[in-house]
Amino acid sequence: MFEQIIFYFFAALLVLSAAMVITVRNPVFAALFLVLSFFSSAAIWLMLEAEFLAIVLVLVYVGAVMVLFLFVVMMLDINLSPLREGFARYLPVGIVVALLMVVAMGLVVRSNYFGAGHYYASVPHEAGYSNTTELGNMLYTTYLYQFEIAGAILLVAIIAAISLTLRRVKLNKAMKPEEQVAVKRKDRVRMVKMAPEKREP
Amino acid sequence: MEFDMVNNLILVVPELTLLILACLALVIDTFIKNPASRGGIYWFTQTSLIVTICLIYFYCPHQPTVAFENSFISDPMSTVLKMFICLISFVVFLYSRDYLKENDLLKGEYFILGLFAVLGMMVMVSAYSLLTVYLGLELLSLSLYSMVAMHRDSQPATEAAMKYFVLGALASGMLLYGMSILYGVTGSLQLTVVAEYIVQQSDANHFLVFGLAFVIVGVAFKLGAAPFHMWIPDVYQGAPTSVTLFISSAPKLAAFAMAMRLLVDGMFPLLGDWQGMLIILSILSMATGNIIAISQTNIKRMLAYSTIAHVGFLLLGLIAGSRAGFAGSMFYVIIYALMSMGSFGMIILLGRKGFEADNLDDFKGLAERSPWFAFIMLCLMFSMAGVPPFVGFWAKWFVLKELVAVDMVWLAALAVLFSIIGAYYYLRIVKLMYFDQPTSMLAIKASQQMRLVLSLNGLVILALGLVPNVLMALCISALTR
Repeated sequence: MFEQIIFYFFAALLVLSAAMVITVRNPVFAALFLVLSFFSSAAIWLMLEAEFLAIVLVLVYVGAVMVLFLFVVMMLDINLSPLREGFARYLPVGIVVALLMVVAMGLVVRSNYFGAGHYYASVPHEAGYSNTTELGNMLYTTYLYQFEIAGAILLVAIIAAISLTLRRVKLNKAMKPEEQVAVKRKDRVRMVKMAPEKREP
Repeated sequence: MEFDMVNNLILVVPELTLLILACLALVIDTFIKNPASRGGIYWFTQTSLIVTICLIYFYCPHQPTVAFENSFISDPMSTVLKMFICLISFVVFLYSRDYLKENDLLKGEYFILGLFAVLGMMVMVSAYSLLTVYLGLELLSLSLYSMVAMHRDSQPATEAAMKYFVLGALASGMLLYGMSILYGVTGSLQLTVVAEYIVQQSDANHFLVFGLAFVIVGVAFKLGAAPFHMWIPDVYQGAPTSVTLFISSAPKLAAFAMAMRLLVDGMFPLLGDWQGMLIILSILSMATGNIIAISQTNIKRMLAYSTIAHVGFLLLGLIAGSRAGFAGSMFYVIIYALMSMGSFGMIILLGRKGFEADNLDDFKGLAERSPWFAFIMLCLMFSMAGVPPFVGFWAKWFVLKELVAVDMVWLAALAVLFSIIGAYYYLRIVKLMYFDQPTSMLAIKASQQMRLVLSLNGLVILALGLVPNVLMALCISALTR
C-alpha cells in the first residue's frame, strides 16, 4: 500500500513535469522541469530495484547533460514568438491526429495483452543482491555486441561534432616581432620593368 | 550461466575487423600533417574494405547461425548483401576521391565516417533482434547526417543536413516507438520470439499491428517511400555529389535488409496486414516519383525522384510475399544500387573544379564530346527505364512475374503504367546527349581509374542484362534456407 502511494506520487510528478516541459514559455523553466522529470523517473527505477540505473540517470543526465543544456539555453538568445507562428493554423490537423493516436493507443494499452497481469510479477531480491554486478555481467556477455555498437555510435558522434565545428581559422592577429625585424627589402617591394606608356594626344 | 565468448565472437569477425580498421584510420589521420598526403587515408580505407570483403567470404557459415543470444545472425542473405555493400562502397569512395580533391573537401573524416556507415549497414544486415536493428540504423544514419553536412560553407548542404537530421530523428523515434510496443506485447526483443508469439497468440494481432504501423513508417522513411519521401529530393540535391552517390547506393541495400528482417523474419505471420500498408506505399511512391521527376531540371533532383519510384517498385517484391518475390526485390535493390552509382558517378565525371554538372543541360551533346561515356550513360538510363536488353528490365520483370504469380495482376499493370510514364525522363537524357548541340566542348578531365571503373560499371549493367540468371540464382539461393 505504502509502495503504491509512492509509485503514484512519482508517476504523477513525472507526467506533470513532462507536460510542463513542453508547455512553459520560459526555456530555462522547461529545462528545470526536465530535471524534475528525470528525478521522478529515477525514483521509479529505484522502486524497481534498478539502483544503478537510477543513480546513473541522476549523475549523468541531471549532473552533466542538463547542466550543459541549461548553459546553452541561457547563452542563446532564443526568440520564441516566430516558433509559435502558425500554431492556430495547424491546430485542427494536430488535434485530429492526436485524437486518432490517443484512441488507437488506448485500445492497445487497455487490452489484455498489455496489462500488468501479462508480465511476471517482480520478485524482491535478497539483501546481498547487486544490481550493478548483474548489469555488468549482462552487458559484457549477452549484450556485448550491442554494447560495442553503442560505443561505435558515440565515437561517430564525437568525430562528427569535431569535424563539423572545428575550424582552423586564425583568430589571433598578433604580430611576430622576429619576423618583422628579419624582413628584407625584396620581401616588401617588387621592382617591375615595363615599357613607358604615352597617352595618345 | 556460462557464456561461450569465442564461438560468438568468431561470427562477428568481419564487423570487428572493420571497427578496428576504422579506429586505426582515425588514429592515422591525426598524424597526417601535410594536406598533400591526405590521399593516404583513402588507400587505407580501400584496403580495409577489401580485407572486410575477404573476411566476410571466409567467415560465412553454410547454415544460418545465430550469436549473442539471437541478436546476430549470419546467413546466406547477410553474406551476399554485406559483400555487395562493401563492394559498392569501395567503388563509391573511388568515384568520390577526385570530386573531393577538386572541391577542397578531401578530409580524412569523409572516409572514416564512410567506414563507420559501412559498419552500420553490416550490423543492420545481420541484425536479428529489434535492438540490433535500431543500433545499426543509428550508426548508419549518424554517419550519413554528418557526411551531408561536411561541406560547411555551402548553404544548400547545411540545409539538406538539417532537414535530413530532423526528419531522420523523427523517423527513428517512430521506429523505436513501434519497437517498444512490439516489446511490450511480446515481452522480447528477439525477432524469433516475436514471430513465435504472433503464431501462438493469433488473437493479439490487432495490438501488434499498431506497433507494426510505426515500424513500417520507420522502414519506409529509410527506404524513401512516399509519403515519407520528403527528405530525398532536398538531401540529394543539397549534399555534395560524392555524398549523394553514397546515400543513394549502399544504404538502400541495408534498408532492404532491415525490411526483410523486421517484416519477414519477425512478422511474417502478419503478412496480410503489412501487405496492405506496403501496397499503399508502393503505389504512392511510383506515382509521385515518376510524375514529379518529369518536371525537374536538376539531374540530382530528378534522380532523387527516380529513387522514390524505384523504391515503390522494389516494395512490390515484398508485397508478393513469396520467397521468389523477396529474391526479386533483392535483385532489384542490388541492380538499383549499381545503376544509381553509375549515374551519380557520371555527374562527378562531367564536373570539374568549381562546376557541378548537375543540370540536364550539361548533358547536351555529350555524344559529340565523348561518345564512349555517352554510351555508358545511355546504358544506365535505358536500364533505369527498363528497356529490354539491359538489366533494369530484368529487375522489373522478376518482381512483376512474382506479383502476377500471387494474382495481383492489377498492381502489376499499374506498376507497368507508371514505369512507362517514368521512361519519358530517362529517355529525355538520351535525347539531350545524342540529338542536341553541346553547350561547351571542354574535354572531360578525369583520372584513369575513374574512367576505367565507370566504364566497367556501365558494362556490368549491360552484361548482367544479357545473363541476368547469374545474379538471380545468387539471390534465390541466398533466400532459400
